[in-house]
Amino acid sequence: MKKIITSLIVLILITSLITACTGTSHVSEGTESTGTISVVGSTSVTPLAQEIAYEFEDAHPEIRVDIQGVGSSAGIKAVYDGVAHIGMASRNLKPEEKEWGLTEHVIAIDGVAVAVHPNNPVSDLSLETVTKIFKGEITNWSEVGGNDMEILVVSREAGSGTRGAFEELVDLLEDKESLLREDALIAEGNGSVKANIASKEGAIGYLSLGYLDETITPVKIDGVEPTVENILSGDYKVSRPFLMLTKDPVDPNVQSYLDFIMSTEGQEIAGQNFVPVK
Amino acid sequence: MKKDIRIKKFYEKTVETWFLLCAIIAILFLGIISIYLFLEGTPAIFKIGLKEFILGSKWMTSAEIFGIFPMIIASIYGTLGAIVLGVPIGIFTAIFMAEIAPEPIVKIVRPAIELLAGIPSVIYGFFGLIVIVPIIDNIFGNGGNSLLAAIIILGIMILPTIVNISESAIREVPKSYKEGSLALGASQIQTIFRVILPAARSGILAGVVLGIGRAIGETMAVILVAGNTPLLPESITDRVRTMTSNIALEMSYAFGLHQEALFATGVILFIFIILINVALHLLVFRSEK
Repeated sequence: MKKIITSLIVLILITSLITACTGTSHVSEGTESTGTISVVGSTSVTPLAQEIAYEFEDAHPEIRVDIQGVGSSAGIKAVYDGVAHIGMASRNLKPEEKEWGLTEHVIAIDGVAVAVHPNNPVSDLSLETVTKIFKGEITNWSEVGGNDMEILVVSREAGSGTRGAFEELVDLLEDKESLLREDALIAEGNGSVKANIASKEGAIGYLSLGYLDETITPVKIDGVEPTVENILSGDYKVSRPFLMLTKDPVDPNVQSYLDFIMSTEGQEIAGQNFVPVK
Repeated sequence: MKKDIRIKKFYEKTVETWFLLCAIIAILFLGIISIYLFLEGTPAIFKIGLKEFILGSKWMTSAEIFGIFPMIIASIYGTLGAIVLGVPIGIFTAIFMAEIAPEPIVKIVRPAIELLAGIPSVIYGFFGLIVIVPIIDNIFGNGGNSLLAAIIILGIMILPTIVNISESAIREVPKSYKEGSLALGASQIQTIFRVILPAARSGILAGVVLGIGRAIGETMAVILVAGNTPLLPESITDRVRTMTSNIALEMSYAFGLHQEALFATGVILFIFIILINVALHLLVFRSEK
């Protein structure tokens, strides 16, 4: 008898655990669609959109924001096809996408700064030189006007949004394959990139603008300093807009979510990690 | 009277069942973790191809090339290095504490080693990053983040495991062995190396195997000091990425096949851990015999 009872209990425990694991992913499907905004697109924009959505849902409990990160191109296509209310993109639209007549809302700007050790005399690099350094074609600082010292390339891990943007912006991609030198030091997160650059004289790395401080020196790219002003004016090229795309006519719920993003509160959230646009 | 016994019996049974349930929970979680890991990981191995996955030497996620051979090698080198560095120091410390040191010194050394075991691994990693990595950078150049830095940190991290288990193994050697050896005219050092260590061999080996388990599974400290380059190391000062670092580094961004490949890395690591545990059990079994 005891054995039967205990084995029953175990069985119940196992089945409930399994159903708990598999069940969660389907919860969202049952809700009614009238108050739901679907936001689809770039994985880089997803965390920001999600964070603002939490605040938005607190203020508007009747509206649900459903966010999916599937990549910029897929997001742009989805809103054009009318599958999603809002498409997210972390890059500028391509010429053919421009023709689709979508409305672009720049919600924030992400700047990527290239930085070196404070003792490094190199302070200005052309975009082309940056590409060559990260490819491994230039391996000594003396080749770019610095001291005779090996260049140590510090990069983020594969899949990182900052790395994806950087590789795209400085032309380090070829058929989706990364051209980054294979022996680059890989650091996890912007903070770790900063710590590695700060402790190694020959290091060069890239990181999100918000992480710059006095322990490392950002280099000018083609003579332009990476600052919020230069990014806003478009002079600093290693930056990308975070876009929300809509197709007319815009649903009032969607409009209120967009308005919320552009409000002081929404832009404050954007300003935590990115360059706010207002 | 009879009723009293019944209540007592019922109470006993309830407590027994409760303990049984607790024991089952541990096993249940082990089971769920194993099942989940293999369900998530093995499909990717077959999608990528077992040979390409285990023996492939290129890890390029954007192009969907997943080869973890450099990481397997890095995990093995890192662990072997830690053993080479940590085991002699650990065993000599254990001998010192069990046989040579006077009681007051043991009272200082033992808590120190126990404290070493309690330091969180991220602190070891941080220490490595700000102390050991710059030293290696000064001597060998190339940034300092390297296999060598990982070996040094892991060597320190496995010390407590090896010292504690070896020390109790040495203390368990019957007094008569030592007395007999000394009575036959052997010196203390001869006694330690010829009599006590061989007698405590299986206990010491168990400590070493547990140390291997700790070294191969360590993640945070290694990520901070090893440089994480997914290339086959050609020298001890090259940057390496271990299997655990690979999973921890990329899991937060991965999706699709990339994520499955990380689970698959976990499967391979899990198999390594199982093998180490089997080895441990065989050793313990032999020593009990």
